Amino acid sequence: MVAVASFVINHTGFINPKGEAIQPLPEFARDSAALVSMYRAMVLTRLFDRKAISLQRTGQLGTFASALGQEAIGVGLASAMEADDVLLPSYRDHAAQLLRGVSMTEILLYWSGDERGSDFAGPRHDFPNCIPIASQATQAAGVAYACRLRGEARVAVCMLGDGATSKGDFYEGMNLAGVWQAPLVFIISNNQWAISVPRSAQSAAPTLAQKAIAAGIEGLQADGNDVVAVRHVAQRALDKARRGGGPTLIEAISYRLGDHTTADDASRYRDAGAVQQQWLLEPILRLRNYLVSVDAWDKDREQALHKEGAALVEQAVEAFRATPAPSADAMFDHLYATLPKALWPQRAMALARGALDAEGGAHG
Amino acid sequence: MAEMNLVEAVNRALAHEMAADPDVVLLGEDVGVNGGVFRATVGLHARFGAGRVIDTPLAEAAIAGAAVGMAAMGLKPVAEIQFTGFIYPAIDQIVNHASRLRHRTRGRMSCPLVLRSPCGGGIHAPEHHSESPEAMFAHIPGLRVVMPSSPARAYGLLLAAIRDPDPVIFLEPTRLYRLFREEVKDDGAALPLDACFTLRAGADLTLISWGAMLRDTLLAADALREENVMAEVIDLATLKPMDMETILESVARTGRCVIVHEAARTAGLGAEIAANLAEQGLYCLQAPVRRVTGYDVVMPLGRLERQYLPDVRRILEAARKTLEAV
Repeated sequence: MVAVASFVINHTGFINPKGEAIQPLPEFARDSAALVSMYRAMVLTRLFDRKAISLQRTGQLGTFASALGQEAIGVGLASAMEADDVLLPSYRDHAAQLLRGVSMTEILLYWSGDERGSDFAGPRHDFPNCIPIASQATQAAGVAYACRLRGEARVAVCMLGDGATSKGDFYEGMNLAGVWQAPLVFIISNNQWAISVPRSAQSAAPTLAQKAIAAGIEGLQADGNDVVAVRHVAQRALDKARRGGGPTLIEAISYRLGDHTTADDASRYRDAGAVQQQWLLEPILRLRNYLVSVDAWDKDREQALHKEGAALVEQAVEAFRATPAPSADAMFDHLYATLPKALWPQRAMALARGALDAEGGAHG
Repeated sequence: MAEMNLVEAVNRALAHEMAADPDVVLLGEDVGVNGGVFRATVGLHARFGAGRVIDTPLAEAAIAGAAVGMAAMGLKPVAEIQFTGFIYPAIDQIVNHASRLRHRTRGRMSCPLVLRSPCGGGIHAPEHHSESPEAMFAHIPGLRVVMPSSPARAYGLLLAAIRDPDPVIFLEPTRLYRLFREEVKDDGAALPLDACFTLRAGADLTLISWGAMLRDTLLAADALREENVMAEVIDLATLKPMDMETILESVARTGRCVIVHEAARTAGLGAEIAANLAEQGLYCLQAPVRRVTGYDVVMPLGRLERQYLPDVRRILEAARKTLEAV
């Protein structure tokens, strides 16, 4: 018997939970301004996240999926991406979306139940949130293929959760990417939970990164609570893809500190003590500790950032509140490039009903 | 002009559009070197290269998902699902993404893809190779569903489907692939989508069908003519959105209508047409609307498929009952 295949999964981390560098930082991270800008992006994400939850709790927003504890993944990834790369996000990836230019107002609109939230002014080529789990993985392969066919140096970036790695679409997407050697980076935000199902019940594989091996692509792990590590591995994977070196799967290890969504109550299935332990590992505190240790951050700057962030969030909420609901016939807009004649009578019915509602006549 | 069968017409339409538009790409199982299991893509790999005629891994969800990604980036993918019996893994992409990408982004993105798939019975194919699932697709908002019934209409409708800015499910009746040839002008002229084709004019009865059943419907109309009954024959062609205007206009003149389809009866498109006639054309009707359809059974394997498929005799029977009613 001879071994015909073997593999190694590498794990990358630079800053430990205490905020200490455990190995020399990569080039970009030696500039503390770059780190401060990532720190700012993570804090803004968290302030926004907190506000979104409170809006939901007070009946001003629909169900919302918090990214609490996972800010480093989106921020590290988006910091490494080029503007014309194409992001295919899941529904918990607003850290990356915000940094790429989707506005807080647009994200609030989306979660309030308004399609206009996916018509963001920001990166017009980025995909809207993908709700059906892992279905964006095969699309990402198509996006990457299209970029390469046109000779564009763009990379498709597909964000997934740990639960998504159990889906066939995830394997099919990786398999396509491997066969095509497509310019594509898959990044798994492994937050240890798929609603109530823990990572241990999701797969017997010791790492999720190794699932890439079966598709013939590189798989690796990074400390998903270390924004430096995420950005570093993402940058390498993006550069490789851009150079024609093919796809990469990154498993970023993190923890979902909040509920799955505002419609969930995680205390039903997980122990509060375990969650408390995870708070010691979270990404914002550790980068703050590091920045303070290298004299790049202090209490005054922290206070100023929170003040600035609160104002930004408040402005976004005001703009969101000031956005009136679409008119009833909007549901017929953009169904097709041109509304087929067969649908005209239905659109007229919706308009008439909308007009009645506006007069308050429909419900007496 | 050349005579060609339906599968050749599909091939010519694909070749024409690939030559005319560099954004058109083909993908699917065996569509490359092999030219497709029905030879619909034969010669295209050699002519346009592996970059634009893509042999994919054997995974229908991946084919559909990749096509969505390509279409969202501005390509015009024409994906082949080898048989409609294998299209179900792709349904998630069709329902949750292709059909709604434009709508959910308020027009920021769109999904100009075509999913071609051979469908229907009558060629003694193995299990899962003979179904007629068009009504399932017709129920999905945001899609177009098209089924040609002749080589010329396959050519023109496929061109229209590829040029259409929205997703189109293009169902090709396998029974017609090589059943007959007709003159097809390979001139790049598309036929209109969202419109019926009136194949025969007649004042006594309206016969509506699509796909392979049009053959038998036309033969039934011929037989009726021998009895001095002039049947108007309408090819629905675009099953969604449905051109009820043409149908209502015809039934207003004839007062009698028989709908013929191969798919199972319950919740088939015949029911949709009949319901529309009841809503908008009831006072024109001189007889109850009748349906001649497949049975509400699992599509039988080859030995019984002829028993399942509606035929000229069943169409004539329904037509005569409709004509008898006062």
